[in-house]
Amino acid sequence: MNHTYKKIPMPIRYLINTALIALLLYAGNAVISSGITNRAQSSLVLQVGIYIILAVSLNIVTGYLGQLPLGHAGFMAVGAYTCGIFWKSAAGSALPAPAAIVIGLVLAGIMAAIFGVIIGVPALRLKGDYLAIITLGFGEIIRILIINLSGITGGTPGLMNIPKRSSFLVVYLAVAISCIAIHMVMKSRHGRAILSIRENEIAAESCGIHITYYKVFAFALSAFFAGIAGGLYAGYQGLLTPSGFDFMTSINILVMVVLGGMGSMAGSVIAATVLTSLPLALQSLNTFRMVIYSVLLVIIMIFKPSGLMGTYDFSLSHLLEKLLNIRQPRENSPAQTADKKAGKRNG
Amino acid sequence: MLFLSQLINGLQLGSIYALVALGYSMVYGIIMLLNFAHGDIIMMGGYFALVTYAASSNPLLAVVATIVGCVVLAVAIEKVAYKPLRQAPRISLLITAIGISLFLQNAAQLIWTANSRAFPSTSIIPSITFKVGGLSISLSVLVTIAVSVASMVALTFLVQKTKMGKAMRAVSEDTEAAQLMGININSTITFTFVIGSFLAGIGSVLYCCRYPVVNPTLGSLLGLKAFVAAVLGGIGSIPGAVVGGFAIGLAEVLFTSIGLSAWTDAMVFAVLIIMLLIKPTGFMGRSMTEKV
Amino acid sequence: MDKMAWMPSNALIPERDLQKLPILDIRHLGIDFGGLTAVDDFNLTIGRTEIAGLIGPNGAGKTTVFNLLTNVYAPTRGSILLDGRSTAGKKTYQLNKMGIARTFQNIRLFKALTVEENVQIGLHNAMRYSVGDSILRLPAYWKQEKQAHEQALELLSIFDMRDMASWKAGSLPYGAQRRLEIVRALATQPGILLLDEPAAGMNPSETAELMDNIRKIRDTFQIAIMLIEHDMNLVMGICEGIAVLNYGSIIAKGTPQEIKQNPVVIEAYLGKKGGAQA
Repeated sequence: MNHTYKKIPMPIRYLINTALIALLLYAGNAVISSGITNRAQSSLVLQVGIYIILAVSLNIVTGYLGQLPLGHAGFMAVGAYTCGIFWKSAAGSALPAPAAIVIGLVLAGIMAAIFGVIIGVPALRLKGDYLAIITLGFGEIIRILIINLSGITGGTPGLMNIPKRSSFLVVYLAVAISCIAIHMVMKSRHGRAILSIRENEIAAESCGIHITYYKVFAFALSAFFAGIAGGLYAGYQGLLTPSGFDFMTSINILVMVVLGGMGSMAGSVIAATVLTSLPLALQSLNTFRMVIYSVLLVIIMIFKPSGLMGTYDFSLSHLLEKLLNIRQPRENSPAQTADKKAGKRNG
Repeated sequence: MLFLSQLINGLQLGSIYALVALGYSMVYGIIMLLNFAHGDIIMMGGYFALVTYAASSNPLLAVVATIVGCVVLAVAIEKVAYKPLRQAPRISLLITAIGISLFLQNAAQLIWTANSRAFPSTSIIPSITFKVGGLSISLSVLVTIAVSVASMVALTFLVQKTKMGKAMRAVSEDTEAAQLMGININSTITFTFVIGSFLAGIGSVLYCCRYPVVNPTLGSLLGLKAFVAAVLGGIGSIPGAVVGGFAIGLAEVLFTSIGLSAWTDAMVFAVLIIMLLIKPTGFMGRSMTEKV
Repeated sequence: MDKMAWMPSNALIPERDLQKLPILDIRHLGIDFGGLTAVDDFNLTIGRTEIAGLIGPNGAGKTTVFNLLTNVYAPTRGSILLDGRSTAGKKTYQLNKMGIARTFQNIRLFKALTVEENVQIGLHNAMRYSVGDSILRLPAYWKQEKQAHEQALELLSIFDMRDMASWKAGSLPYGAQRRLEIVRALATQPGILLLDEPAAGMNPSETAELMDNIRKIRDTFQIAIMLIEHDMNLVMGICEGIAVLNYGSIIAKGTPQEIKQNPVVIEAYLGKKGGAQA
């Protein structure tokens, strides 16, 4: 009945994951520099990376905090324009490229986070549908501001000639750092505070959690990474137009999070990858793409509202642990029957 | 005189927003759903009118087809997409509505392409202009205002006096209690969608007569603005939706007439945000008994 | 006619903890909802290590009192001193930091999280490391998380729930859910613990066990406990002082023995002798 479940100690877990990240980077770089991939494919990889950051960042608010903002593209826009303008003005200066890249992306994140706080403080006083509407409104206002402040942003024709600084290495590192940072925050007292708000706001507050602070924090964190993704997008496109940050862009990101499973980072990553690659893979079906997306969204909501992955998160170390322990018979957990009982009594 | 003609202009736009806002408000009142697809049903209505008129050259038939088409579409959406989610969390329902909205837009794009098409507005409402003093008012403006006001009066009567209206109010007040009183929830919800989309069909024809162009994204901005109107007036409230609709219509015309048309949409959202922060229940959200 | 005349002080047990500041000192507390007065002129003092009961018929306003004490509702009138400090204008989470923790009548657990995580959320303010510490996994993170892990298991062992640490809170049996709520509240290191119907839905043996545990908690942590309960065996068995609430006002206070014999209480629970027949 009682056997010890072998666990991989913490430092080794980190080592395994670091090795995996380095390996993927090496493999990716090798594939791209070898010339096997065509231009469309290499640019797709960058696009996938950008959408992964967008999806995992939106997942902070949608999945972990349990709110539904509809203006994520607005934060992406703030980051994109901040970074684009910075890179453009830094292009002629003596600033070395790596420094310019880092400063630009961090600035993009900070600027977006500031907008996140500005929008979050009033928006988070509202809940549910109202929060969705107000963030939608803010997202649209940001876009209209960009159109009308043409002196800074280039207006409707767009901000042109941005240095194309989003190389594979830059995007890859940004994705890795974003995912790791979000993971680290979520597996801490701060992350648990955010989750507790999703689970039960009243109980969370009675446990001493400062609800407003953590809501705004989650919002700002989400905006920060969306801003970085925006910066990468600026360096990937080389041209920014306001129409690239409309309501539909916000919805696209939302679809990825919902499809992957709200609250699952692995789900967001997979969904972002699949949904971004799909159009290239199914070029003949491109006209049907959005129809398929929308039908998929409805079908998932009806049949599996928790998304494909639910809140499950992939962990390589857990997988290895399972393999290590596979020979030992697992104890049957009474959780299942208990669940039913509790449900009945609560009902 | 300019002011007066702008005022009438604003009233026309406002009455269309009010008609559309009523659909949002009633559906929200009864199933607590922000029906994102409502604007797109109006867009589909525009195409129904266009196609029917092209085939029959009969304006009356085109109007009837639009209304019937909108009603059938809305009821079908309710049965297929919303009904299975009645016990689901609100967020799932909201995402479903967004999905339906996307679906309608893209389906329209597949069928009729993304290009804008001219709407035969003058064939549906003849372009006659009346001169009253120095003021010229077109027939379409008069028809829009008259039809909208008549629809709202009829709706108020329906909700206040008829058995079905009472059932609607009961369900929106307390679904479970209404069920225990023997009210058929499903048919009441369906009826609400019928009314809401009936008004949407009327709104669709009137809107297309004012802006005689139909394209797949026609519904998004109209929907958003009408939705803002509904929230402004107090979502779930019938008089609130009407007041909100007129307020947005007048404000929009005012903004455009003082030369800030580039900022009109931003203004609409800013008004919404300020309203939500000051009084999240809207102008009339307090009178819960009026809620449908 | 002064209902309070028979009891000179607000304290339930005046002779106890006299030298010490009471943990909770409630004066003239009241709240109106619209025109309706839900709680009125509520006066009560609770000593540092007292187990106090708040009883009364359904709808008497017992849970409302808890909501006022945790500022879920802001009181219309009156004052509350928690550990000698006024709670006026404080938010619920600030009151928790000041030393008041509670459970809920309708269980409010973080159902999708594990039992241990539930307790760790209670320990949130016991940890101090920053967001930067957690992203960079600095020593402060490791040290405090390790401490929190051990503390959580220790707290869970009060109710023999150590083995359930990795279960999802939502999958626990009903009784265990109620116990977990108490553990979570305890984790916030309160000076007074408010329990809203802790024995609801429990069978007699579970209730008996709960009574032992409530006493054990008081003795181990040296804190005050105030509980709302309908189970008279539990109330009379463990409470040292009892206040009876009816129509939002306290109609009687005293030891269990005094409350059992108080004619006003009997009338409130059973109706007037003459009226019962009518």
